[in-house]
Amino acid sequence: MFRHEWIEKNAILLLVLTLLTVAIGGIVEIIPLFTIETTVEHVVGMRPYTPLELMGRNIYIREGCYLCHSQQIRALKDEVERYGHFSLAAESMYDHPFQWGSKRIGPDLARVGGKYSSDWHYAHLTNPQELVPESLMPKYGFMANTPLDFDHIAEHLRANRLVGVPYTPDQIAHANDDLLAQANPQADAEALMKRYPKAVVVPGNDRAPTELDALVAYLQMLGTLVDFANTSAEKLQQ
Amino acid sequence: MSNPAITYNEDVVRKFVIAGMFWAVVAFLVGVYIAAELAWPEANLGLSFVNFGRLRPVHTSAAIFAFGGSVLIGTSFYVVQRTCRARLFGGEALADFVFWGYQFFIVMAALSYVMGFSQGQEYAEPEWHLDVWLTVVWVAYAVIFVGTLLKREEPHIYVANWFYLAFILTIAVLHVVNNAAIPISMYSAKSYAVYAGVQSALIQWWYGHNAVGFFLTAGFLGMMYYFIPKQADRPIYSYRLSVVHFWSLVFMYIWAGPHHLHYTSLPDWTQTLGMVFSLMLWMPSWGGMINGLMTLSGAWDKLRTDPALRFSVTAVGFYGMSTFEGPVLSIRDVNALAHYTDWIVGHVHSGTLGWNAFISFGAIYYLVPVLWQRSGLYSTRLVAWHYWISTLGIVLYISSMWVAGIMQGLMWRAYDAFGFLQYSFAESVNAVHPYYVIRWMGGVMFFVGALIMVYNLVMTVRSSSTSRAAPDYPAGAIAAGE
Repeated sequence: MFRHEWIEKNAILLLVLTLLTVAIGGIVEIIPLFTIETTVEHVVGMRPYTPLELMGRNIYIREGCYLCHSQQIRALKDEVERYGHFSLAAESMYDHPFQWGSKRIGPDLARVGGKYSSDWHYAHLTNPQELVPESLMPKYGFMANTPLDFDHIAEHLRANRLVGVPYTPDQIAHANDDLLAQANPQADAEALMKRYPKAVVVPGNDRAPTELDALVAYLQMLGTLVDFANTSAEKLQQ
Repeated sequence: MSNPAITYNEDVVRKFVIAGMFWAVVAFLVGVYIAAELAWPEANLGLSFVNFGRLRPVHTSAAIFAFGGSVLIGTSFYVVQRTCRARLFGGEALADFVFWGYQFFIVMAALSYVMGFSQGQEYAEPEWHLDVWLTVVWVAYAVIFVGTLLKREEPHIYVANWFYLAFILTIAVLHVVNNAAIPISMYSAKSYAVYAGVQSALIQWWYGHNAVGFFLTAGFLGMMYYFIPKQADRPIYSYRLSVVHFWSLVFMYIWAGPHHLHYTSLPDWTQTLGMVFSLMLWMPSWGGMINGLMTLSGAWDKLRTDPALRFSVTAVGFYGMSTFEGPVLSIRDVNALAHYTDWIVGHVHSGTLGWNAFISFGAIYYLVPVLWQRSGLYSTRLVAWHYWISTLGIVLYISSMWVAGIMQGLMWRAYDAFGFLQYSFAESVNAVHPYYVIRWMGGVMFFVGALIMVYNLVMTVRSSSTSRAAPDYPAGAIAAGE
């Protein structure tokens, strides 16, 4: 008959059994998420981030924005009315890592794209309390004076490709041009728009792109990509 | 059976105790500061490196990994030697490597957040090169611990060590899997996580919830199983209960992660599994609480005279409370209200302040006189002051967060008579301001309590009133005679 004493007297047995016991739950929950076809919905419109959006997203991560803002609209009536269509798994399929967040000290940002003008975002990020007196948000004016570091932009895209984001060789080759085109309204954005539909060109200026330009470009695309007019409820069944 | 000449490596334990106290003060101070930023946003000062978003990971990492981690590793080294009657495996050098390697990781992690390096995953913010370094240190730690178990002179492995072992192994697995990332180049700190979107979310919360389950629960239960019987001078209440609750806790905790993702884009089946296991988890959690509390049977009177024991016992009470609140919060309909609100912040702090910090304080008040060969603590009166001021601080903290959180949840879903959402988001921000001020006050009290403790412990080591036998002897000379 089994006696627990055997385990208590054998450190290796204790170690192996503990590891096995711990492994089961994770395996059962995690592996099917990679294998079940419908986990990520098949929707029209999702594309990888533009180079400028990607750099903006990195700034979002660097500043810990996810600690106060969620990017995940739950399938609850009030949330859908306040923020828009509930978030789809497909909408974060190129997010390495996800930025759903866990706390709303500020509002959800999953569909903030297009809700305000880019000028509003520049003003708000520089001095949030001027536009929203109740706001607890820190001031991010320093980003307007910080040139964006995009020397290694192609490497950023390449690393993303390695982890599964389908950047094409064409997109990687033109990463630098696309980044500059999105931060300057005077530039010709036609090639950018072809490679990245719905990209929002930010006001920027004639100077080199700033961190603020990148962040605003990222915020302005959030939640805008999926074409909900051509998406039926059945398609969203997981 | 035992070798009477055996001496334990207490030097590394002393180092970890000192580091743990230092990081406790740092963690609480940063916590108080970021609480002030939420109450008065001007405190962000417009400086990137003191902004809430950069300092919050400093607070959480300092509290969990620096303070909690130092106390856990330190006490595990103490407990494993005593209960195995064996000196640490690997010698002083390896133990010192774990100490300095771990402290180096903490300092670098904190600096990196402030300077703007982060993976953007909660409680797993350090970038890839620091993750690799921590893996090396952690493997060394595991080698010492398991090596010591293997060379033990006691036939049985004591229950505290089961929990410490589960903590060490599981944290290693969680850390390696969750931090898998591809750097943009070997010379850059920036990396991209291997997983994306919904998979990234579940793996992160499988990690995050089990950082709670194995770092903040299993590890600290290991402390409970050694220090409460020591302080109460009673054996563990039930051997059978400890067996049952160990295996069920270890098995069930790992499933609970999806309750952080209710109503999200995570498939429903995963959410339901997470909720069901979270509810079941209530039982093994309370198994641990009952075993801890009932160990005091026949020794309850010691609570009157030993305020350090009061910390340990109150900790187990808070453990019971937060492990009841947790399953309640994991119920989807409750979670619909509570998620994204300050209720969760309050829940976390009833666990971390009430359970983790209090059980650590109890253990440290016990350990310092033993490790530094003193006759006792400098002042039990100061311990009582520490106890009451921190308890009051926790009460202010968690009750203000209950009110704030439930209010936010209700305001966000409130409709007016015309069927429109009644409140703007900004109105809910305005409404919680008074509770953020109360929370800050609670944090200040907890911080002051920690300062009292540090003063008391320094005086315990320094003061002539606590010296044992002859005051002029160097500490080491007395150790030899033990």
